[in-house]
Amino acid sequence: MVEVKNLSKTYGDIKAVDNISFSADAGEILGFLGPNGAGKSTTMNIITGYLSSSSGTVTIDGFDILDHPKEAKKKIGYLPEIPPLYPDMTVIGYLSFIFDLKKVRLPKEEHIKEVMAIVKITDVKNRIIKNLSKGYKQRVGFAQALLGNPPVLILDEPTVGLDPKQIIEIRNLIKSLGKKHTVIFSSHVLSEVSAICDRVVMINNGKIVADAKTDKLASVVSGSGELTLEAEGSPSTISDALNAITGVKKVEKTGAGRYSVYYDPDLDIRKAVFKAMAKADCPILEMYSGGMSLEESFLKLTERGEKK
Amino acid sequence: MSAIIKRELQSYFGSAIGYIVLAVFYFFSGVFFNFYCIYYNSSSLAAVFSNMLMIILFLMPLITMKSFAEEKRQKTDQALLTAPISLFEMVMGKFLGAFILYAICNAIFIVYALIISMFATPDWAVILCTLIGMLLMGAALLSIYIFISAMTESQVIAAVLSIGAGLLIYLLDSLSSLANVEFITNIINAISFNRNLSNFTYGILSLSNVVYFAGVAAIFLFLTVRVFESRRWS
Repeated sequence: MVEVKNLSKTYGDIKAVDNISFSADAGEILGFLGPNGAGKSTTMNIITGYLSSSSGTVTIDGFDILDHPKEAKKKIGYLPEIPPLYPDMTVIGYLSFIFDLKKVRLPKEEHIKEVMAIVKITDVKNRIIKNLSKGYKQRVGFAQALLGNPPVLILDEPTVGLDPKQIIEIRNLIKSLGKKHTVIFSSHVLSEVSAICDRVVMINNGKIVADAKTDKLASVVSGSGELTLEAEGSPSTISDALNAITGVKKVEKTGAGRYSVYYDPDLDIRKAVFKAMAKADCPILEMYSGGMSLEESFLKLTERGEKK
Repeated sequence: MSAIIKRELQSYFGSAIGYIVLAVFYFFSGVFFNFYCIYYNSSSLAAVFSNMLMIILFLMPLITMKSFAEEKRQKTDQALLTAPISLFEMVMGKFLGAFILYAICNAIFIVYALIISMFATPDWAVILCTLIGMLLMGAALLSIYIFISAMTESQVIAAVLSIGAGLLIYLLDSLSSLANVEFITNIINAISFNRNLSNFTYGILSLSNVVYFAGVAAIFLFLTVRVFESRRWS
């Protein structure tokens, strides 16, 4: 649906985006993750045609954003970091303007009503935008992106500055939108990305540092699977027993009776661990896979980028 | 494009700015009309028109300063530039919005002509010709001002630069007499807004004057499109 190929953007000597490629399929929610200043907004601005790339291409449903801008832009709903609202307009007046601007071919009043209901702004439709709270403004911005039912939604940090209740509402909204639309949304909040996205593209200093399914991200980062284990018994017996299992790369003692087992991520060693521990007569008290949290892998990746 | 025109007009008349511009325009044109036509018993509006040039030069930046500068400051240009419309349509929408307000300002001259018609026979051909000239000159002026607005994020800077440009246009005529070199004088006379407008006020619809104003408008609208294109690439 959205395909980004070898995209670069330079401002003078600064490389804001450095040769990145990724794609998002129809009906996928793609999280675009990175620290502030990593190049997320620049990339999104290029995808939506607000900026041009220095090199590389962006195609939306087969239409190149530079060669066929009108066709490509018709397929995109964009919510920039700062929602593009005219403060002196009413909500309904603004949405009606955007409806006309996007040249939407749907029945106007019905469609606007429908979109307002989705983002729950029907009760403020006659109010002037500048008098609205931040949360409502964000939702009007959302409504603006949804007008015309574009198949692709690009959302740039849609939850920044909202209170926790609003954040949950917006997350649920994105989740439900992901059923019908291809959603690319950026964030620097990791828990958010792991809660909503099917896939995560991590970016740092303009470069992609990871592109993986959300649940596989940690193992992709460390290059191996990790199992955290608490067992009773002599440490040497336990580590010997663990090391004997095929696929185990390294066993580390992390505390009293606690071990981290690193293994080949293509294998599932849990059963083997259970059997080995039973055989060694060292009862397992606790065992769970995935030692590194998303936060830790994020830090690890961004630090790695900085050391270079 | 029509969506942008509509929004421009809504923003002019949804706030005080549209009414202030109309009020100032009508006030000064009324003063000049009283003075040059009623007081002097003249049926010619030529003097009213040419005096209005100065008012227009300083008044129009009020309606164009917002055009793009404000969009950029509030980041609403992101909505315009990511909408499925071309840059040309976007610039034309802004321009035509301002132009329609300018045309509404100029409609007052028809009222003055009707007042004259109560006392004498106004020369309708001349008045029509002058109105065409005023509209063409306005188009040229607005496109210059919109170009200036597209180059900055600040309404104040846009307004100051536009008034500066207006002042330069106004003073060109006096500069031409200061320059002793005939070649330079000829150039200044050729590009003077006042001189190009004066033929219209005499009832002469000359192709060169029409082409001059239309050309200036086209060039600056084109440059405005280029401003947005180059910003995208920088």
